[in-house]
Amino acid sequence: MAFLSFLISGISLGSIYAIIALGYTMVYGIAKMLNFAHGDVIMVGAYICFYATSRFQLPPLVGILLAVVVCTILGIVIERLAYKPLRAAPVLAVLITAIGMSYFLQNAALLLWSSNPKVFPPVVPTGKISLFGGQLTISYVTVVAILCCIVIMLALTWFTSKTKMGKAMRACSEDKGASQLMGINVNGTISLTFAIGSGLAAIAGVLLCSAYPTLVPTTGAMPGIKAFTAAVFGGIGSIPGAFVGGILLGIIEIFAKAYISTQLSDPIVFAVLIIVLLVRPAGLLGKQIREKV
Amino acid sequence: MKSIRLNKTTRKNYLTYGLVIVAYVILQLMSSSGATTSTLQGMLVPICAYVVMAISLNLTVGILGELSLGHAGFMSVGAFTGVTAAIAAGNAIPSAAIRLIVGMVVGALFAAVIGFLIGIPVLRLRGDYLAIVTLAFGEIIKGIFNNLFVGIDSRGLHISLLSDKTNLAEGGKLIIGGPMGIGSIPKISTFTGGAILIMITLIIVFHLVNSRAGRAIMAVRDNRIAAESIGINITKYKLMAFTVSAALAGAAGSLFAMNYTTIVANKFDFNTSILILVFVVLGGLGNMLGSIIAAAALTILPEALRQFSDYRMLVYAIVLILVMLATNNDTFKAFLAKFKPGKKKKEEVS
Repeated sequence: MAFLSFLISGISLGSIYAIIALGYTMVYGIAKMLNFAHGDVIMVGAYICFYATSRFQLPPLVGILLAVVVCTILGIVIERLAYKPLRAAPVLAVLITAIGMSYFLQNAALLLWSSNPKVFPPVVPTGKISLFGGQLTISYVTVVAILCCIVIMLALTWFTSKTKMGKAMRACSEDKGASQLMGINVNGTISLTFAIGSGLAAIAGVLLCSAYPTLVPTTGAMPGIKAFTAAVFGGIGSIPGAFVGGILLGIIEIFAKAYISTQLSDPIVFAVLIIVLLVRPAGLLGKQIREKV
Repeated sequence: MKSIRLNKTTRKNYLTYGLVIVAYVILQLMSSSGATTSTLQGMLVPICAYVVMAISLNLTVGILGELSLGHAGFMSVGAFTGVTAAIAAGNAIPSAAIRLIVGMVVGALFAAVIGFLIGIPVLRLRGDYLAIVTLAFGEIIKGIFNNLFVGIDSRGLHISLLSDKTNLAEGGKLIIGGPMGIGSIPKISTFTGGAILIMITLIIVFHLVNSRAGRAIMAVRDNRIAAESIGINITKYKLMAFTVSAALAGAAGSLFAMNYTTIVANKFDFNTSILILVFVVLGGLGNMLGSIIAAAALTILPEALRQFSDYRMLVYAIVLILVMLATNNDTFKAFLAKFKPGKKKKEEVS
């Protein structure tokens, strides 16, 4: 039973990673950039929800919606101000700008909300489901995280394959120049991608802080790195890849914590990543692009 | 230019050496006459360490053309092994300067070995995948040093992982205490030692870059397939650059650690790697002088911004973003080009 309970909490943590990784992977797919500020958007989302629910006593659902709206706008603003002028710039210049943006968000949060840890109020009702006569208990947050991830995953798959905007998004990620010639608004599509990614980050932030209720300005940093790892794990640029990568990363982390060592769980997660990449250099579901000479 | 005709690269290299020496002499004169503030005085050795880190990372990113996000890992290896060696040699070698050298050499050697071992699998990957794996290695090294216990007693060195199982004999001493890091480090790093390390680093890097091997490394960077087709052993040259880069970072880490009384593994995390990458990118890829200036300026900047107190890191972030936006802005570039008569001609031709 212990194994099953670890597995479920692994999937739950993995679901959160997967939601963050989806944001990373979509932005990477279309803008070919590693958006290091993504982890900090998670933190902003969590803070917005925290203040909405605990200070202004709004219902949790309104808090979450508010966080999603604020983060979506934040994502668009970041893209317009910092990344758009650098479309033609070298990859490293964009990377450094993203890092600068990440520092900016962390320090702005430090000034606005101070470094005192906030105890995140439960957005999801606390309580547990008991199965097998109490042998297996699952908290509601775990279930909600998994359900959220599945719903988001299905919605995104539908969006990118069926709607016009989603198709435009895939076209842009394949060839921006050709898409523009076909009459696709490339800038608008990139903004939309950032908006969706940041909105998802807000949901991930709320879920993350509901499961691990300590909120500081650097809350987003480590999950951000882990989710980025998850995105690469599954093959960066691929939406199902981010999902699979996130879930697997969560399961490995929880199992490493439970069966090997709590302190060494992060090194183990990264070691598994390295082994996977050595066997499949483009990630689990990434496209193996053959080089032509 | 009068008697000996030097080519452009050589002139630039001598200019870099010259500027480092001049900066060293000026700072040394200032500190001996008491003109430097205590803050600046305390920052001299870290600046030297960061400069060496930036030059060595520039070798990987600028010359080899591979993005590394785990450079602080090598710094960490150098710091922990170097300090352990310096403490272990504490009784045998009375001279602090020689102990510093021993520490830096041991740090460099261990970092080189780790760099070589990591390089074999990592350099098979490309682009962002390589970047994420170097990040992963940096985190793994941090995780291991956070759980490593090393003690010394009359029977020699004792090493254990996860918990303190060193079982030291009477009179033994725990050097690395897991998450506590290394305490009571002898503060033997000096500014002179740092300046010499910078010079040695520059000599190594310039000689490597201007050698046959260096040209091979740059050929791999510019076009891997073309380089391979004319018979360049890609793995060998990639490993060479990566190992040298790791070794220099190890020496820098050793220098850095011996400037403080305690050092913990968390000091050398992802953020430190990123910080050094920022130096390299701002200084210009492949431009060693740029790396030196950027490393020195950006280490001083947060201190210089202290008058903004709480806002200083925010200002730092904004400065970083604005510099990146400005240097990649065509109007601004054209504006700058007006002040460089030599370059202007070139642009007109192209």
